[in-house]
Amino acid sequence: MIKFKNSEITPENIYKKRRSFIKSVGLGASTLAMSSIPFLNKSLASERDKLTSYKDITTYNNYYEFGTSKSDPYRNSQIFKTTPWDIAIEGEVEKPIKLSMEEISEMFISEERIYRLRCVEGWSMVIPWMGFSLSKLLSKVNPTNKAKFVEFESVYDPAQMKGQRYPVLNWPYNEGLRIDEAMHPLTTVVTGLYGKKLPNQNGAPLRIFIPWKYGFKSAKAIVKIKFVENMPTSSWMWASPREYGFYSNVNPNVDHPRWSQATERIIGEGVWAPRVKTLMFNGYGDEVASLYSGLDLKKNF
Amino acid sequence: MRRYSKTLVFFLSLWPIYVISYQIIFNQLGPEPVDRIINHFGEWTLIFILLTLSMTPLKQITKSVEWIKFRRMLGLFTFFYASIHMLSYVGLDYRFDFEPLINDVLKKKFIFIGFSAWLLLIPLAVTSSEKMVRLLKQNWKKIHRLIYIIGIFGVLHYIWLSKTIFFKPLIFLIILIILLLFRIKITRSAYKI
Repeated sequence: MIKFKNSEITPENIYKKRRSFIKSVGLGASTLAMSSIPFLNKSLASERDKLTSYKDITTYNNYYEFGTSKSDPYRNSQIFKTTPWDIAIEGEVEKPIKLSMEEISEMFISEERIYRLRCVEGWSMVIPWMGFSLSKLLSKVNPTNKAKFVEFESVYDPAQMKGQRYPVLNWPYNEGLRIDEAMHPLTTVVTGLYGKKLPNQNGAPLRIFIPWKYGFKSAKAIVKIKFVENMPTSSWMWASPREYGFYSNVNPNVDHPRWSQATERIIGEGVWAPRVKTLMFNGYGDEVASLYSGLDLKKNF
Repeated sequence: MRRYSKTLVFFLSLWPIYVISYQIIFNQLGPEPVDRIINHFGEWTLIFILLTLSMTPLKQITKSVEWIKFRRMLGLFTFFYASIHMLSYVGLDYRFDFEPLINDVLKKKFIFIGFSAWLLLIPLAVTSSEKMVRLLKQNWKKIHRLIYIIGIFGVLHYIWLSKTIFFKPLIFLIILIILLLFRIKITRSAYKI
């Protein structure tokens, strides 16, 4: 097992102090960027908005390509090769393009974005991602007027990802968004976390993150982004259409057939911590609720 | 040695308690400790159901009745771990908040079937004593056949709560099917005689 060297990790307490320093001075572009994040605006961040530890974020993962247990991704992904890596943007676009990871990191500056991750299994973390809005990347191509949805395809490499040797899901992992969801400024292309390069078990070298949807919507290790005319069938919809809908917005009022979604457990809080109430759209309702006006969220779960 | 075998099995059966105590004391329950405790006892309940169901086939295979004397104890451990499993869910996870709990039992099929399995274990635990065996005579056997249904419910409970059947739920299912097939074989050959 490969361990992180201490020197490789910004100690959390320093990391947090640095953040509060930036905040208290009230200068710097990152502060402005952060002010767009809903729950950080409250001067008194409550218990649920505390950053989850680097250790928990990087050792407790759902990433079935590397195994179905929560500790598998950390254990099985350390030798996963992420260079070279190309991402194709294609489908209903005027001119498809292919970008290497190097080109992407030169073109777009990653900023710190602190979002809550709510898993469909009923737990949540608060993660300081590094990334930029997906809309910036998508603006590099011109979609045709047929394009209605965006499909994300994750890497297929059973030689390196042993979970893919079994029919746990229909590989490669597939997810999708409506174009307006994909273009929303909160929809993030993630390249790192805690100010560091994205660890393999969290979806390196590049993943997306959609803060108001259940975690499985945020596909990892993306190799292809495709504009399409029809609503894509995601891997989880394909596995169980009754349980996983296309939208999968965090919604405490719509239960998963097997799990109640009314409450969640905060990762790292210990045995005696109670469950907390789950927020509509994971707390991002002010920003995203308008995307769904007129849509029956019980039917379109 | 044989005289102490029951005592030995008793202390071995406490293994899940040693493990979880160690993890609690040395803070090794991981990021989701409540889930860890619930799953730990749930998994061990299933293992003990399978162990209980293994005694009769082992008797047939080894042609030794020794195994049968562990059966009651293993069955009672099943009930013991099932009860801790359920109590940690009710108490630790839901803080005895019965409104969402009742809602869960009625609406979520995996909780409904798991809870049913626990209810069905009660009459078996109550009628487990030697006295009850004599008192109930033929009926005792009939009542205790409930363990087959409990085993099926328990494994279904596990399959339904998992996002995918791979791999642990599948392993439990296969072992359960093998153990149940043994019963069909046994009764058939009994009829032939």
